[in-house]
Amino acid sequence: MVSDLYLKDFVDRKAMEEIQLKRLRDTLERVYQKSEFYKQAFDRIRVKPSDLKKLSDLAKFPFTQKTDLRNHYPYGLIVVPMKDIVRIHASSGTTGKPTVVAYTKQDINNWAETVCRAFATDGVTENDIIQVAYGYGLFTGGFGAHYGAEKLGAAVVPMGGGSTQKQLMLIQDFKSSVICCTPSFFIHVIEEAEKMGLDLHNTQLRKGFFGAEPWTENMRQYIEKHTNIEAYDIYGLSEITGPGVSVDCPAHAGLHIFEDHYYPEIVDPKTGEVKAPGEEGELVFTTITKEGMPLIRYRTHDITRLHYEKCDCGRTLVRMDKVNQRSDDMLIIRGVNLFPTQIESVLLSVKGTEPHYQLFVTREGALDQLEVKVEITPLVFDDEVKTLETLRTEIKLKIKQLIGLNAKITLVEPGTIERSSGKAKRVIDLRQK
Amino acid sequence: MKIRQLSVFLENRLGRLAGVTKILGDNDINIRALSVADTTGFGILRLIVDDIEKAEACLLEKEIVCRVNKVAVVAVDNHPRGLSKVLNILHASSINIEYMYAIAEPCCDSSLMVFRFTEPERATAVLKAADISTLQESDLFQE
Repeated sequence: MVSDLYLKDFVDRKAMEEIQLKRLRDTLERVYQKSEFYKQAFDRIRVKPSDLKKLSDLAKFPFTQKTDLRNHYPYGLIVVPMKDIVRIHASSGTTGKPTVVAYTKQDINNWAETVCRAFATDGVTENDIIQVAYGYGLFTGGFGAHYGAEKLGAAVVPMGGGSTQKQLMLIQDFKSSVICCTPSFFIHVIEEAEKMGLDLHNTQLRKGFFGAEPWTENMRQYIEKHTNIEAYDIYGLSEITGPGVSVDCPAHAGLHIFEDHYYPEIVDPKTGEVKAPGEEGELVFTTITKEGMPLIRYRTHDITRLHYEKCDCGRTLVRMDKVNQRSDDMLIIRGVNLFPTQIESVLLSVKGTEPHYQLFVTREGALDQLEVKVEITPLVFDDEVKTLETLRTEIKLKIKQLIGLNAKITLVEPGTIERSSGKAKRVIDLRQK
Repeated sequence: MKIRQLSVFLENRLGRLAGVTKILGDNDINIRALSVADTTGFGILRLIVDDIEKAEACLLEKEIVCRVNKVAVVAVDNHPRGLSKVLNILHASSINIEYMYAIAEPCCDSSLMVFRFTEPERATAVLKAADISTLQESDLFQE
């Protein structure tokens, strides 16, 4: 029964397009009838679901942005009655309010299916023991990996994030063969193991599914050198479903998108025009099976390319390049999404500070570090050390509360923060690309 | 507290102290006393100078964060137990000292100490009652 799940990974382009067209039409009809938001958006540019004759007609339809989710917080974009919603997840928001996503029972099933297919793509089977070291909770990582692993029939170890020592204990004692977490966290686990004199080559770990943040080829090499793991990139975003939107395959030739659920387009980030296959641009997704909260042409702001040629691994699913670039200023630090404006809102809420700041992101060892340089103003300056230390602590605490990151706060003199053409350069990302 | 002090924010960066003192020197401002409070992240330079308005203006012009506040300058007997006598008097009245530093040049048979008190008015009164003098700016800059 499970094997039927994988048929769509290998169908020819024409068959896939037929499935997509049918599901896309159905989705457009549904949102137009059930959602005031989409009805208005379609009517505004005089487009009707029936205008979709072929897949490329999707270009006529309006985009959806993260701001739309925020403006309709929390439940405004749900198109089914609340009784049909069985799960609500959320990701950190830009102004303190999170971005909400809601799932029906069928949405959860489909999500589990795509994550299950992702695991199977890389040869994970029911004989594997999968340690889920993504966080469980509002964040989609933990549950997504969990349900996919269960669907596959593997044994799930729902460890959750953090607790490096315990992760290592379970890897050894439970004989986990697969691990899922952010790549930077796993590198931290490797470093801790080394300190303890534990060689991870001597464990059963064979595969790792790493995602929720961009990572480099160097990180892959580091992981594979220090373990027997073959490292796979797993991509997703909570707005679309969570992890399992696309996955790296044994050919390591890009990430296969489960396009029978998540229909991708590449557009010019500035003009919004659809780009030809193979051209670089912003990735846009339309969910074509989602019931609870379908998204039409959702702008991910991730920059990539799409490749439609059949992959060496045999799959026909479209591939996207690994994402290492964004079209907006969002940073991903230790799996946490961060917009510079969030830091700005923290600074504005701290008495007497002005939002003259700069973010430095570095990678010390394995973990990303965030340093916030804040210009001191005569208004807050006092000749006592404790006043400034209190200010520093307050900023640090508020950032921790809002974003969940421990940032280093450095007070600097006014004018120190480099301003290019009158506009301050807010982010200095020193992590190796 | 009667003496004005100039406090300057110093970013933890090479050459900041040299930079500030150069600006003051170029403007013919004489430093009578100073102390540097350092933390891991930044420093605060505290100065007693002969022309504080000018000093503040020329630093602000260079976008250097500074602030004028008031401190007490106390004459302390220039012999063993001179300072401890003063501190014990303050302690006996539960007066909290935020920070203190010395003015380098001795004046007659007294040394001069700069104090920042949590309760400046009460501190001055307590010292006066114990017959310990606090100085005025005119005492410090009479030439």
